[in-house]
Amino acid sequence: MSAEPIVRARDIRIWYGTTRGPVKAVDGVSFSVGKAEILGLVGESGSGKSTLGRGLLGLLPDGAAMDGELTFEGVDLLAATPKQRFAYRGTHLGMIFQEPLTRLNPLMRISEHFSETLKTHEPSISKAEIERRSLEVLRVMGIPPSRFSSYPHEFSGGMRQRLMIALALVLRPAFVVADEPTTALDVLVEAQIIKILHDLRNSFDTSLLLITHNLGIIAEACDRVAVMYAGQIVEIGAVDKVFADPQHPYTRELLRSTISLSTTALHSIPGAPPDLVDPPTGCAFHPRCPDALAICAVTRPIAYARDGGAPRSGSTDVACWVASAKSGTVTLTPAEAAPLPREELADADEA
Amino acid sequence: MLLIIPMMWVLLTMVFILLRVAPGDPVSAAVGGKLDPTVIAARRASLGLDRPLIVQYFEYLGQVIRLDFGKTLSDNRPVLDIIRDNGGATLTLTIGAFLFALVIGIPLGLIAGRRRDSIADVLIRLFGVITYAAPIFFVGLLIQMFVARPLGLPTSGIASPRTQFMVGSAPKTHILLFDAALSGDGNAFMDVLIHHLLPCLTLGLLVCGVFIRLVRVNILQTLQSDYVEAARARGIPENKVIRDHAFRNALVPVVTVIGLQAAMLLGGAVLTENTFNWPGLGTQLVHYIEALDYPAVQGLVTFFAAIVVVVSLAVDVINALIDPRVRYR
Ligand SMILES: Nc1ncnc2c1ncn2[C@@H]1O[C@H](COP(=O)(O)OP(=O)(O)O)[C@@H](O)[C@H]1O
Ligand code: SF4
Ligand SMILES: [Mg+2]
Repeated sequence: MSAEPIVRARDIRIWYGTTRGPVKAVDGVSFSVGKAEILGLVGESGSGKSTLGRGLLGLLPDGAAMDGELTFEGVDLLAATPKQRFAYRGTHLGMIFQEPLTRLNPLMRISEHFSETLKTHEPSISKAEIERRSLEVLRVMGIPPSRFSSYPHEFSGGMRQRLMIALALVLRPAFVVADEPTTALDVLVEAQIIKILHDLRNSFDTSLLLITHNLGIIAEACDRVAVMYAGQIVEIGAVDKVFADPQHPYTRELLRSTISLSTTALHSIPGAPPDLVDPPTGCAFHPRCPDALAICAVTRPIAYARDGGAPRSGSTDVACWVASAKSGTVTLTPAEAAPLPREELADADEA
Repeated sequence: MLLIIPMMWVLLTMVFILLRVAPGDPVSAAVGGKLDPTVIAARRASLGLDRPLIVQYFEYLGQVIRLDFGKTLSDNRPVLDIIRDNGGATLTLTIGAFLFALVIGIPLGLIAGRRRDSIADVLIRLFGVITYAAPIFFVGLLIQMFVARPLGLPTSGIASPRTQFMVGSAPKTHILLFDAALSGDGNAFMDVLIHHLLPCLTLGLLVCGVFIRLVRVNILQTLQSDYVEAARARGIPENKVIRDHAFRNALVPVVTVIGLQAAMLLGGAVLTENTFNWPGLGTQLVHYIEALDYPAVQGLVTFFAAIVVVVSLAVDVINALIDPRVRYR
């Protein structure tokens, strides 16, 4: 049922050079997004979500390196020259950020933001055409035309986020990364923005990578979800499947910690996310994993391609030894399958 | 803005006190021990200098409030005449210096900010620090030796004697550069302009270090800003991002500090004028300080302070024009 995906990422790795050594912010991530599909990307803060999102658009800061395979509509973006890659930014790949308040140039009118954006990509566009197209997206976002020549500071946070979405969409990109677009907004506005993003596929045929740490948003707005931990996607699949029957212990704990908020019994995952300069050996989650086996501390689990990474796939891909053994894709020796000794857990907790 | 009144008061009070604690007094400074002490005392009394300091102080403040600058003690010249006759030269000197500082400082700051930590950046920053820290007379000397000599540029005065005679004797605006332009005498105008070059450059170098540092820091900051990243994400090319987003936004704080630069420019102008024999208010100020001429010094310093206030007010207006966030407040 899956058509050719819009975006296909294979084994993406992104490092930040720091004085302490390279930060492995994204460490071998694979996924794809289909046309008009919404893929949610969820994970604790610091798990590499923003880094991955920026990497897709080629917006990494100096001192960062990216490796792997990234295709957009079949074109290999990482093999393209910087200039070719640059040509995709804005027109094919768009981005919406977390902090709408600071994302608009305070000295430029809204109209100037739109005309700059459109003129950059369509140098011969007429003034009337700029206005027509800008006002059209603004209308969809619920911004009245009378506000077209206002300055950013004259808008509320929610309106500014809608402006940012309009500004990204006026170029009709096929794929948009939305990096925690509602984290800085209050709950009512959040619901409104999520609805707008969810409806984009109907109004603009847009595919979306929706980054959030809010599982409620994923459940509400996304088709599939990718769960990220320590720079890796540990589980990816259809939202209803993953939420109903999480395969990866981290996903399970993450869901438990959210649900417990409504059931008063407080549950949070013990321990802290690992240091990405020196991540744990084997499975990065093993120091915090209640199910960890002996093999988990030694060998990194890999997702057995059951096509959970493909658009609209009904199945789930999981990178976990226990899950793999349960499904029968691997057979562990008794020594490998022994529970991880407790002192190992305690040591890792202290570290 | 409200700070200006207490600041001016502190300044005026300091000038008043410094002049009184300086050794000597205006009368003996003028006539220097040639007169009988009783005659000197009589002259002091006629000038009101024998009254208690506190009385003189309030009289002085009263004059300032009434914008009454009084007359000099040493040559009985209205202070306003000094300002009129010599203010023009200081005005064109500081404006010229300011232009030099902008023309040198802003592009250098921009380059340094864009190429952070490159060799160019390091050299530019070094240049900024040196020009800022080096004493004016020393920079002036170097310029006189290494720029004026080889290029044959004038290093003293605001015009050659011929121009001075042709234009300066019939002042219309009391600003020699404008008078020369108005006279229709092209040679005279060029002559005055060329005399401006090196003094303006010297004073401009002092201020351009501030611009370099400020523009550089602001460029670095705006290039890291959220809206610049968002512009990049929309595919705006880097040169446009720099020109239309980073640069424009980086200049807003620069305009804000121009008010502070005005004070620095005037201070530097006093030294520059004395280095280049410039017939401006700075040379007059030094002259009257040496004569311990209380009203002259007090009047000129008050005038300088007033200029700084006016410039700060003008800067606020300009700021409101370029920054919409200020405008609506
Ligand atoms: N510019 C940077 N330089 C160095 N390290 C960075 C930089 N940006 C992010 N990191 C590190 O990369 C990791 C992932 O960060 P990020 O992608 O922001 O995660 P998330 O968006 O999931 O919170 C973190 O450990 C963070 O400290
Ligand atoms: S691989 Fe082992 S440590 Fe990692 S999540 Fe699965 S059980 Fe836990
Ligand atoms: Mg983030």
